[in-house]
Amino acid sequence: MFKRVAATLLTASLTLGAGAAMAGETITGAGATFPYPVYSKWADAYQDETGIGMNYQAIGSGGGIKQITAKTVTFGASDAPMKPADLKKNGLMQWPMVMGGVVPVVNLAGLSKGELHLDGATLADIYAGKITEWDDKRIKALNAGVELPDTKITPVYRAEGSGTNFLFTHYLSEVSESFAKTIGEGKSVAWPAGVGAKANAGVASQVAQTNGGIGYVEFAYAKQNDLNYVTMKNKAGKFVAPSIESFKAAAGNADWKHAPGMYLVLTNQPGDASWPITGASFILMHLNVEDPAAAKRALTFFDWAYSNGSDAAESLDYVPMPANVADMVRADWKRIKGADGQVWK
Amino acid sequence: MGYTMKDASVSPSHLLGAEKGELQMLRRNGRLDRLFSGSTFFFAVTVLVLLGAIMVTLFISGWPAFSELGASFFTGTRWAANVNDFGILPAVYGTLVTSFIAILVAVPISFGIAIFLTELCPVFLRRPLGTMVELLAGVPSIIYGMWGMEVLAPFLQRHLPDVFPAGTGLTTAGLILAVMIIPFITAITRDVMVTVPPMLRESAYGLGCTTWEVVRNVVFPSVRAGMVGGVILGLGRALGETMAVTFVIGNNLFYKATVTGQGTSIAALIANQFPEADGLQRSALLALGFLLFVITFIVLAIARLMLRRMDRSKA
Repeated sequence: MFKRVAATLLTASLTLGAGAAMAGETITGAGATFPYPVYSKWADAYQDETGIGMNYQAIGSGGGIKQITAKTVTFGASDAPMKPADLKKNGLMQWPMVMGGVVPVVNLAGLSKGELHLDGATLADIYAGKITEWDDKRIKALNAGVELPDTKITPVYRAEGSGTNFLFTHYLSEVSESFAKTIGEGKSVAWPAGVGAKANAGVASQVAQTNGGIGYVEFAYAKQNDLNYVTMKNKAGKFVAPSIESFKAAAGNADWKHAPGMYLVLTNQPGDASWPITGASFILMHLNVEDPAAAKRALTFFDWAYSNGSDAAESLDYVPMPANVADMVRADWKRIKGADGQVWK
Repeated sequence: MGYTMKDASVSPSHLLGAEKGELQMLRRNGRLDRLFSGSTFFFAVTVLVLLGAIMVTLFISGWPAFSELGASFFTGTRWAANVNDFGILPAVYGTLVTSFIAILVAVPISFGIAIFLTELCPVFLRRPLGTMVELLAGVPSIIYGMWGMEVLAPFLQRHLPDVFPAGTGLTTAGLILAVMIIPFITAITRDVMVTVPPMLRESAYGLGCTTWEVVRNVVFPSVRAGMVGGVILGLGRALGETMAVTFVIGNNLFYKATVTGQGTSIAALIANQFPEADGLQRSALLALGFLLFVITFIVLAIARLMLRRMDRSKA
């Protein structure tokens, strides 16, 4: 009883808040923090062009899913795709909006950027606490001719629940069976070894001050702060450096068409040039909308972003979705229905 | 005079010689008084109701975790949200250890500062020094967190690399907490120490006591309750501190019987995971919040009990 009263009050206050925000031709959304810089840059440009603003609360993927499920926002955003069964249960649809990658970074004296080479299984064992020294023979085998110090490895991980954690652990679980069994994938996992730090900045600064530290951050963050990244071995057995091109290569091989509910995580994709830890950030909307005008406004914005947002995304070191995927998504929007039928024509 | 307001409002005819205007004023004052006491009572009760409501809400929202996880919730040694394995031991252990370290470090320093300020300090320094300590209490906790991450952790790591290989950990968090609670304990201890009548002090000095003997045998015994109160306030803050701790505690979610290594605390764990939590994880975090409530309550109750026992043995 108490719970219901509380829930009603909460919903009422949220609806009031959302209602007030909607009044001035605004698109409301909430969710992931990872794509927030891109979304807000798009929103600025879009507002200059059309006068329609966007109110996006970067409260985290979990919060975004909660708000879209409670119908307090027009769209939700999540770094991890929702499972097709959950989509169906909640009457939602999802599509990828923008892509990025996760990049391992290290602090090793004497090694230049990208000089350290690792493969997925080794990385998984480092994070599982099984490989503890940098001159371990498995690391040496991948780095012939590189002078590796005999320092202890200090793995640094993201302490708070995040989409970055999801991508990274999803990849490690894919390439290492023992990692999948003992640690598993998720937004928050219990890391057996190393140090937890807060956000990209916390991980980067912890790695920077720890000799022998290794961490993982979003590509945009690694690039803008000029961190010492690791060259990774991909599924095809080739070593690749993280770059917009290698993310695009991973995305290009992704088979969105045959992914039910567009549930697709782009880690460990085939292709010689593919960066192995790539992922898309997703938008969630209801299939049956109560306010078709608001839904139409949001879809018009996303349509605009697909067509005109690529340069803005790349300038922030994010990867725009390829045109063929965008077309596929646009076709999929036809499933969204309001009281008067199809919202997107 | 001589009549209380209550009498006046009940039977004004008893007020011999009071004029009509005066009676009216008295009646109005009576109403105001009742209104005032009523509203203060209301505010006091509101606090209690709020506290109760928070506890009940936390318990109800945490109930699924209690019922679904059962005993493993209390005995589990890791908090792995992705596999729905929630054990509170690492967080409870970290909370208690960091707070204990904080109290261990902060109490002697705070008492020392307070003794210096009240007994030894040159008069012209008293004010600026006291104000400085109080200012320390006003520093936002996020600033302490940043200082801990950028200054204290690297410092420990550089100078004691064997003990603090990564700089962060339970001890680092305990040290930050100590710095945070020193101003509270100091301010309260100083305030209660100045309440000791100068006559008592001067008599003791007159008998030939040293400063230490005066502090130890005259000042401390008469203000013990107040000092313990200050420590309890500090402890309460240490148990629930979130932001600063999250930055430096290392956030390891496994239970390890370590004092200098990485761990987590209840508040830090909630702060890290709540925004992205749903389902059982969310409920487990709320249950953890309820437990923090209970732990704080128990610790404070023990402190009160100790105080009472001390008073009794003295009597």
